[in-house]
Amino acid sequence: MAAWEFRRRGEAGVIAVLGDWLVKAGGAGIPRISRLSGPAGLRRLAFDVSGLGRWDMTLVAFLWDVKQLAAASDIIVDDSELPPTAQKLLGLLPARPKERPVVRRRRVPPLAWISGRAASFLSDLGGSAMLAIAMVGGTLKLLAGRAHVRGADFIRDLNDAGPRAIAIVGVVNLLVGAIIAFIGAAQLRQFSAQAYVPNLVGVTCVRELASVITGIVMAGRTGGAYAARLATMRGSDEIAALSSLGIPVDQYLVLPSVVSLCTTMPVLYLVGSFMAIAGGLAVATLSLDFTGAGYLYETFQAVPLGDFVIGAVKSLAFAALIGITSCRIGLNAARSAQAVGNAATSAVVLNIVGIIALDAMFAVVLARLGI
Amino acid sequence: MKLVDAAIERRAGEAILSLHDVSVGYGERIVQKHLSFDVRRGSIFALMGGSGAGKSTLLRSMIGLEEPLSGNMTFAGVDYWAAGDRERARIGRRFGVLFQSAALWSSLTVGENVALPLQMFTRLNEETIQWFVALKLALVGMEEAVDLLPAQLSGGMAKRAGLARAIALDPDVLFFDEPSSGLDPVTARRLDALIVDLRDALETTVVMVSHDLSSLIAIADDGVFLDGEARTAIAHGSPAALRDRAKDPRVREFMRGEAAGNSLANREDRQWQTLGSLR
Repeated sequence: MAAWEFRRRGEAGVIAVLGDWLVKAGGAGIPRISRLSGPAGLRRLAFDVSGLGRWDMTLVAFLWDVKQLAAASDIIVDDSELPPTAQKLLGLLPARPKERPVVRRRRVPPLAWISGRAASFLSDLGGSAMLAIAMVGGTLKLLAGRAHVRGADFIRDLNDAGPRAIAIVGVVNLLVGAIIAFIGAAQLRQFSAQAYVPNLVGVTCVRELASVITGIVMAGRTGGAYAARLATMRGSDEIAALSSLGIPVDQYLVLPSVVSLCTTMPVLYLVGSFMAIAGGLAVATLSLDFTGAGYLYETFQAVPLGDFVIGAVKSLAFAALIGITSCRIGLNAARSAQAVGNAATSAVVLNIVGIIALDAMFAVVLARLGI
Repeated sequence: MKLVDAAIERRAGEAILSLHDVSVGYGERIVQKHLSFDVRRGSIFALMGGSGAGKSTLLRSMIGLEEPLSGNMTFAGVDYWAAGDRERARIGRRFGVLFQSAALWSSLTVGENVALPLQMFTRLNEETIQWFVALKLALVGMEEAVDLLPAQLSGGMAKRAGLARAIALDPDVLFFDEPSSGLDPVTARRLDALIVDLRDALETTVVMVSHDLSSLIAIADDGVFLDGEARTAIAHGSPAALRDRAKDPRVREFMRGEAAGNSLANREDRQWQTLGSLR
């Protein structure tokens, strides 16, 4: 068991360290020293290690405390009796620790917090708008063949946002179509109106759900990936390297992502719509008395071609929203591992909220226009 | 003087790490083969060689991150790649590593970075842990930075903080990957002096990867020279001895920092010349 004693001989004092000083004893078993007893008139301090057993860093920590206390009362410490390793370690440790800079955790009053959040929201909105304008300009340049875009990047993004997303978009929409047919059939049966199941599935999916569901899937799948990719590149100075070469980041990194999303999302929407109709058809032929051909005939009687156009336009808007919001969040991320996670999370959340809000706006505007 | 498992008896001069016919690489690609050498306890052992020779790959294998393709690596007589995962993790805690980029955990303060290994692997109470954290940071001259985040540190400070974390558990072997990269010469020399001080004071062994010649010659007392073309060690000995007396003239030239026609350091330049003549 570790212990220490203080002995005084005139102007000189001796600290005797006794026993085993081992970290295994645990925190409470390590003696500490808080003051040198009776330092008045004490000039020199030496150590007595004749009773010392085995020791490790705990002894050094104790000796460091002694060294600091002695320095505070201008007492000379004679460490020549200590084991050589302990002397060396003690020599590396400062007698007067440097002042820590005070790290202030500022308390923000609620009103300032709210106005701060509002300001940052507005500046985010402004940033997105600027990026959107840059994208329009970039697309024009791309069409004119003067944009700083590598074909290989564009094809990689196109592949990632298109063919590789078809399976998940298709499966999700198929299930949504089947669910609507199933629940719709149960309700319509009360009025003996099962014949309207194709209308229900067709109109809800083609006009509303297929574009929204596809948007949400792509927000989670691709939007999060864009945000995380750009945030990581920012953390490792890859974006700084592009800027320093004068390569416009919004064209080189953001444009291929946004343009490929805008190209693939309307196609994915169409795939999703047909899969949703197929899901409804499967339920209707299996559990209702529909023939496949009859179901399809009813569906295309009920769904005007214009609804497909509306859905495709909406998914184009969602694509632009996902691409621009995710890239803006990634480019503005802080430089840490946590920031990459935060960027991916907030990109997905903002995109999903944005898609639903945008869809509501479409519904209101289209209703006003009477389309 | 070890916080974890103070079981190994220490005799200066004996081999603490031994490599026997080790090959390292990735899958089919062998980076280095037939490596056999001993790291003596208390020495500062340098892994030398040109860029791309496989020094860092070997280091990652020695610290237990990448399994060697073949051969034995022993620490204090235990073949730790043949041992189970738990045993290897236990031995890994006897190693302290300072990565090239310091690799501080960016969401934790400097103090929390040093405290984490102590919280994970000792039963000390929080007050004692803070006491030890202050001690380790003071040993590397960073006690004032305990509340700062890694992003607020300069390159040299980040290396020191990483070193404080590496010595948190009083390791038997300290590994350094390019300790002086990205530092100005004065800061780099201070870090060299600190490495020597800590080696002496903590009685550890140091294994370092570096191609900072002045730092190698100043502090390393043993080492091995890896050649990227022969894909094996072509010289053994202290950097100063290799500079003065290596049999292979390419090693002598490299250690003198000379860029003669067929020197190892110059190989990439020659590739550039070929590219230039193609152009």
